[in-house]
Amino acid sequence: MWKLLQIELFKIFRRPRTYIPFAAIAAMIFIIQLGLKFDGLSYMELLMSSLSDTFNMPYSLMLNGYLVAFVILNTLLIQVPLLVALVAGDTVAGEANMGTLRLLVTRPVSRTQLMLVKFGASVIYTILLLVWMALLALFLSMMIFGTNDMFIARDTVLEHIRAADVMWRYIAAFGYAMVALSTVAALAFLLSVFAENSIGPIVATISIVIVLTILSEMRIPIYDNTVKPWLFTSHMLAWKGFFYSKSDGQGGTINGSVENLPSILRSLGVLLAYIVAFVTAAIWAFRKKDILS
Amino acid sequence: MSSVIRVTGLTKQFGELRAVDSLSFSVQAADVYGFLGQNGAGKSTTIRMLLTLIQPTAGEIEIFGMDLRTHRREILRKVGAVIERPDLYKYLSAYENLSLFARMSGIRPTSRLLMQQLEQVGLVERAQSKVKTFSQGMKQRLGIAVALVHDPDLIILDEPTNGLDPQGIADIRNLILHLSSNQKKTLLVSSHLLSEMELIASRMLIIDKGKKIVEGPVTELFHPGQTLVELDTSDPARTEETIRMSPWHVNLQTRKGTKFLLKIDKALIPDLVRHLVQQGIPIDAVRPRHPLEDYFLSLTTANQHVEAFTDRTV
Repeated sequence: MWKLLQIELFKIFRRPRTYIPFAAIAAMIFIIQLGLKFDGLSYMELLMSSLSDTFNMPYSLMLNGYLVAFVILNTLLIQVPLLVALVAGDTVAGEANMGTLRLLVTRPVSRTQLMLVKFGASVIYTILLLVWMALLALFLSMMIFGTNDMFIARDTVLEHIRAADVMWRYIAAFGYAMVALSTVAALAFLLSVFAENSIGPIVATISIVIVLTILSEMRIPIYDNTVKPWLFTSHMLAWKGFFYSKSDGQGGTINGSVENLPSILRSLGVLLAYIVAFVTAAIWAFRKKDILS
Repeated sequence: MSSVIRVTGLTKQFGELRAVDSLSFSVQAADVYGFLGQNGAGKSTTIRMLLTLIQPTAGEIEIFGMDLRTHRREILRKVGAVIERPDLYKYLSAYENLSLFARMSGIRPTSRLLMQQLEQVGLVERAQSKVKTFSQGMKQRLGIAVALVHDPDLIILDEPTNGLDPQGIADIRNLILHLSSNQKKTLLVSSHLLSEMELIASRMLIIDKGKKIVEGPVTELFHPGQTLVELDTSDPARTEETIRMSPWHVNLQTRKGTKFLLKIDKALIPDLVRHLVQQGIPIDAVRPRHPLEDYFLSLTTANQHVEAFTDRTV
C-alpha cells in the first residue's frame, strides 16, 4: 500500500499543473499581505467600523501577524476548495483521459486498493496545500507584521485572544480545514470515477460547492433546520469556532477555551461522514466500472 | 499440452449490442495465438475481459488453470499486456514509466533491468526522454517494454503493430517470435492483418460480430488440402466451355468476366493449367488465393463469391 502511495504521489508531483494551486495561493497571500502592509490601518478602520464607536481601537497593535493570517484564511478557505478540485477531480478521470487507467487496472492490485491509494494521495496533496498556506499566511505574516494579542470582530462583539493562546487555535483550525477540504477532494474524487476526462468532474465539483455554499449562506427559514444542517458546505467554515472563546463573565475570555466545541465536533462528524460516503460510493462505482477508455 | 487460457461461453452485452457472443477458445502454453477480426469484431472487448478491465455478462475465463474472478491478482502478476494504444504518462521519461509500472507489477526493478528492457525494444538511447516527445512507434515499443518488464508468462498484445513503419512491424514480429521460441512465453496477439498473423501465429482464432468463425493451427488454416485458384483468360467463353467439358467442372465455383474461380487440390493446379494449355486456352494469370483471405475480403466487401468459413474448428 505504501509503495503504491509513493507511486501515486510521484505521479502527482511530477506534473507541472500540480504546482499551479501552490503558486495561486502564494500569489493571493502576497497580494493580501502587500495591501495590508501598506494600507493596513485603513483596512482595520473598515473592518472594525461597527465596533469603533463602542471601543477605543489601537489599530497599529491589532494589525499583527495573527490577525493578518485570520483575514487571509477567511478569504482563501472559500477559494481553496476550487484548487483542491483541480487535482482530486483529475485522479481517475485524468488517467482515463490519458489512457493509463487501463494499464493501472491490469496490474496485480485490487481496484479498492487503487482507489484508496488515489484518495490518500489527494488528501496528502490537500494537506500539503494547507501546510503551504499555513507557512505563508501564518508564519510569513508573523515575520512581516509581528505578533501580539489577537482581536477579531464578530458581529457587535470584539473577541480578544491573548498572544500565548493563539497558536493552538491555528493548529486546530488548519486541522479542521484539512478535513473540510478533504470533503471537497472526496466529492471530486467520486465524480472523477464517472468521467473520461478531468474537466467534467472539476467543473461539476466547483459548481456543486458554489451552489451548496449559496444555499448554506442563504437566510431562508424553511432551509435553516431542514436542509442546511445536512449540507457539507454549511460545516466547512466551522474552523472559525476555534477563535471564539468562552467569556469569563467580566468582559474577558478564558484562555484555552472554545465557546461551542460540541458544535465544531458535530460539524466535523458531518464532514467525516460525507468523506466516508463519497469514498465508499467511489470505490463501489469503480469496482463495477467497465474500463473502456 | 496445458491450457494457459481457457475461455468458455464468454459473452458481453452493452445495452442492445452483443459485443462478444458465447465465445469459447483455449490458448496452449508457448503458443503464439493469433486473434483476428475486423475493427469492431469484439477482439478488444474479449481482451479487456481477459484483463479484468470489463466484466463479462456471462461465461468463464480460466488463466493458468485459475478462475479469473477469484484469482485476479495472482493471474495478473503473470500477465503482461499492451491494450490498443500504448498510452503512458507523457510527462514522465521512458525510464520513469517503466520503473513505475514495474513496481506496480510487484517487482523491485534495478536500473540494469530497466535499461535491458529498454534496450530490447530499442529505446535505451531515449531512456531519459519524456514520452511526450516520442513517435507513435516509440510509444508502442515502450508499451511492449512495460508489458514485459515483470517477466510475465503470458503476454497479451492488442494490435501491437498499429502505427508502426515497416521496420517497426518487422522488429515487433521478431520480438514476438523471440519471446515465443527462445523464452517459451505464451502470446495472444490480436490483429486485423491476416498476413501479419500468418507470419507469427502458431494457432489462430477469427471472430466476427463477437462470434467465433474459425479456430485452428495456422498451418492447416492457411494450407488446407483444397485451395482457391483464380484463373484469368482473354477467351472466357471458350475457357468456360472447356472447363465444363472436363473433369474440372466440379471444381468451378464462379465466373466473373474474364476471371474464373476454382476450388482445387493444390497438387492438381499444374494438371489443370496443362489441360487448358493443351486445349489452346490463352491463360493470362493463375493466382492461388487463401480461403481465409477471401473470407476476410468477404467481410469487408460483402463479396459472397466465396464460401464463407462458418463456425469451423480445424
